Amino acid sequence: MTATITKGADANQPQHPPNSIGVPKEIYANEARVAATPETVKKLQKLGFEVLIQSGAGAAANFSDEAYEKAGCKIVPDAQNLWEQANIILKVRAPQGEEIENLPEGKTIISFIWPAQNEELLNQLAAKNTTALAMDSIPRISRAQKMDALSSMANIAGYRAVIEAANNFGRFFTGQITAAGKVPPAKIMVIGAGVAGLAAIGAGRSLGAIVRAFDTRPAVKEQVESLGAEFLELEFEEDGTGSGGYAKTMSKEFIDAEMALFREQAKEIDIIITTALIPGRPAPKLVLTDMVEMMKEGSVIVDLAAEQGGNCEVTKPNEVYKYKGVTIIGLTDLPSRMAAQSSQLYGTNLWHLLKDMGGAEDYKVDYEDQVVRGALVLHEGKVTWPPPKVENPSPTPPPKPKAVVTPVAKEEKKSGNGMLWVIVAGLALLGIGIGAPTSFLSHFTVFVLACFIGYQVIWNVSPALHTPLMSVTNAISGIIILGGMLQISGEITSPSVILGAIAILVGTINISGGFLVTQRMLKMFQK
Amino acid sequence: MSNNLVAVAYIAASALFILSLGGLSNQETARQGNTFGIIGMAIAFLATALSAAVNGYGVLIGAIVPGAIIGSILAARVAMTAMPELVAILHSFVGLAAVLVGLATFLQPENGLTGVEATIHELEIYIGIFIGAVTFAGSVVAFGKLNGSFGSKPLMLPARHLINIALLVGSVYLGYQFMTTTEGLQPLLIMTGLACVLGFLLVMGIGGADMPVVISMLNSYSGWAAAAAGFMLSNDVLIVTGALVGSSGAILSYIMCEAMNRSFLSVILGGFGEGSGAAAPKGEAKPMGEATATNVEEVAELLDDAKSVVIVPGYGMAVAQAQHSVSDITKILRKRGKDVRFGIHPVAGRMPGHMNVLLAEANVPYDIVLEMDEINDDLSETDVVLVIGANDTVNPSALDDPTSPIAGMPVMEVWNANNVVVMKRSLGIGYAGVDNPLFYMDNNQMLFGDAKANVSALLNELSKSEKELVSA
Repeated sequence: MTATITKGADANQPQHPPNSIGVPKEIYANEARVAATPETVKKLQKLGFEVLIQSGAGAAANFSDEAYEKAGCKIVPDAQNLWEQANIILKVRAPQGEEIENLPEGKTIISFIWPAQNEELLNQLAAKNTTALAMDSIPRISRAQKMDALSSMANIAGYRAVIEAANNFGRFFTGQITAAGKVPPAKIMVIGAGVAGLAAIGAGRSLGAIVRAFDTRPAVKEQVESLGAEFLELEFEEDGTGSGGYAKTMSKEFIDAEMALFREQAKEIDIIITTALIPGRPAPKLVLTDMVEMMKEGSVIVDLAAEQGGNCEVTKPNEVYKYKGVTIIGLTDLPSRMAAQSSQLYGTNLWHLLKDMGGAEDYKVDYEDQVVRGALVLHEGKVTWPPPKVENPSPTPPPKPKAVVTPVAKEEKKSGNGMLWVIVAGLALLGIGIGAPTSFLSHFTVFVLACFIGYQVIWNVSPALHTPLMSVTNAISGIIILGGMLQISGEITSPSVILGAIAILVGTINISGGFLVTQRMLKMFQK
Repeated sequence: MSNNLVAVAYIAASALFILSLGGLSNQETARQGNTFGIIGMAIAFLATALSAAVNGYGVLIGAIVPGAIIGSILAARVAMTAMPELVAILHSFVGLAAVLVGLATFLQPENGLTGVEATIHELEIYIGIFIGAVTFAGSVVAFGKLNGSFGSKPLMLPARHLINIALLVGSVYLGYQFMTTTEGLQPLLIMTGLACVLGFLLVMGIGGADMPVVISMLNSYSGWAAAAAGFMLSNDVLIVTGALVGSSGAILSYIMCEAMNRSFLSVILGGFGEGSGAAAPKGEAKPMGEATATNVEEVAELLDDAKSVVIVPGYGMAVAQAQHSVSDITKILRKRGKDVRFGIHPVAGRMPGHMNVLLAEANVPYDIVLEMDEINDDLSETDVVLVIGANDTVNPSALDDPTSPIAGMPVMEVWNANNVVVMKRSLGIGYAGVDNPLFYMDNNQMLFGDAKANVSALLNELSKSEKELVSA
């Protein structure tokens, strides 16, 4: 099963097979992530790809060139060479500036692209006959979860949001009673319980804070509560579940009720983390200026939607500043601040995608594959975005295997049988009592009692010892040789002596074989 | 030795046998139990040898010594994977001995019995020989099936129930002849032949997967044969021992049947899945989807990333003799701080407790080898389940498909774990002849190939990364 690189196996394809992957250094300001780590590179190689890495690509995420080299990569000194040599370019951020200008014809680019916001980029790439797969457009279906880069980045962002908040918050998260006085626990409110929100809830809980969460989709209540947070509910019936597991825009009445709830919470909450996004639209304004003013001095707001305009009215994207004593964190590069972790997860997402596309040998852009089709925004210079709409239901829980009801019915049948057996046994005993002589009856008593003892004793044997038990009982049943022994005292040529002797012979094989093999087995059982 | 002393010795021997079986109830006392059995046997043997009724010592020694030597050699040589065969062939010896003892008793010139007692004595001989012959022939067939010379498929004769009943009726009729004529040897020998045919057909009709039941059932029969011999010889220690063994075998069979959710009768009368099997045409509703194949490197990685691993071995592990490599994998994983346990289905393998013996042979500590009921609830929190050569015992259709021939059989619920890796030769069906939807589940991956080769490769892969860890 190990993939072998078969160069030029496909004679119909004029270009050489797309078996080389290039990973350039990100040029976006302060972007520390890289699209492949030494670990994911190894996996890509197993799929049959040759991997080229631009020198210094992983430096900001603490992956040295040596580490990549050791993992079997070719280090390419500059971006231009890399883009020329590789067929498939893996990136984090969409190509920009000089990357587009110097882009050779006919390459495949896999990265975040955000096609809805970047129409011009699509046209520029199309002009270069590019094939592009947007990691942000991978459909959110169960099969594609392993490639869902948005989720893996959101997870990191949610975690980091709590860390950033803790860094700017002047108190413990966990409540403590110390000799120097009592410390109340911090109270966190998470708005939007998507992947990022849930990660924030988990991280906040594990630091010891009291966490409350709000979401317009009632279905997430269970998930929120499973993480140990309180789910804030409105006394208002409206389901905010949109397509693809995202939220949709809510009615005005609902928003009013929501605002009232947030105002009430703002007075006692220390930290607000907002993660509310509606796909393809600016982030909804949920934390208004007056709410920020209601908060205690020293409180913190982390706005994970800052890049889309922010959920908080006073958020300044890419900035951390104080607004009337409340620290507002509008950082948009939270995943990049944990570059080693996010590169690893992102790299694995990419690997899964490439694996699903057939690896190096059977690599192809399959329009029938719902996942690939969803991510494909450009195919050989043709804009293929948006993909035909597919119904994506919210993930339905897998059907639990149902217990079969038949055992109950069987039980009843058994007890019916039991009565029958008791009657039969009673009649048999009666018959024996009438017909049999005393000598037989005394033996019979012994027999029946022995059966019961056997029954009681065996019932307790642990299943692990069933084999030794069988070989011991087998040895013991070799007691039949006693029967043979009682026959061998006559003439040596008489048939009963001969038969008895043979019986002793085979019986003895049984006894010695049975006991010895049991001994051997039992010696092996050890703690 | 006086008769009273012999009787007392027999009581001691019987008590020791009971203690012996009792001692086997758990690992700590099991060896002691075996020792009790040996002592009991020695006492019973010596008492009989020294009693007034026995004086043919030349013959006795001539028969005992070679028997003991052959037995010891068998016991020392047998591979643990071949335990079921050994047990089966030893059962056949008991059956054979019972037949011979019965015949010898019948040929004994004078017994001084008259009237009802004589009739009962003859009846005892007749029944003893019948049971012995069935045990003998059945065990030989079981042995043949287990070592592969007969093929494990059940032999389905068109009118097998009728044939069996005819054989039984014939035996009863011959019994009537045997009791009423003076020259009883001929019907007795014919009946012995019929009983052998019956034993042969009974076991031939049982499939390989039901072997645990067959073995314990034959174990039970061999006990009843010994008890019958005790009746005909008026020997209480034989009766006690025979009854102990007989009832213990019966209980084991019952436990095995319970584990497969089958009725005892339908197993011993042969023909698995009749009725329900005929109603559900096989292969019509193939499980949907595609099985994901994986390779050794990926499985090694998966194991490396897992916190908790459960290994579910089946007969495939025994056939491939992979238990030692499995044990080494377990050691490596445990050394890396992973929680590794084994889950054993009650009927995994070809005889009760077969897997436990193999794992013990390979030095797997017995406290991490758990039964199905102990581990089923934990499976949902397990990262990786490694299924090695098991199929029907991990088939979810037993629980969720009422038309499946194995419906209602308790199974290892491995599909609840995060990841399942099934090591198997192919997607082929197991002994029960039913497809396994587990193979097509999303969290399942198949590692195709010979279990031994794959397990060894996996071990290599893991110990390779072991070295990397050390050098890093």
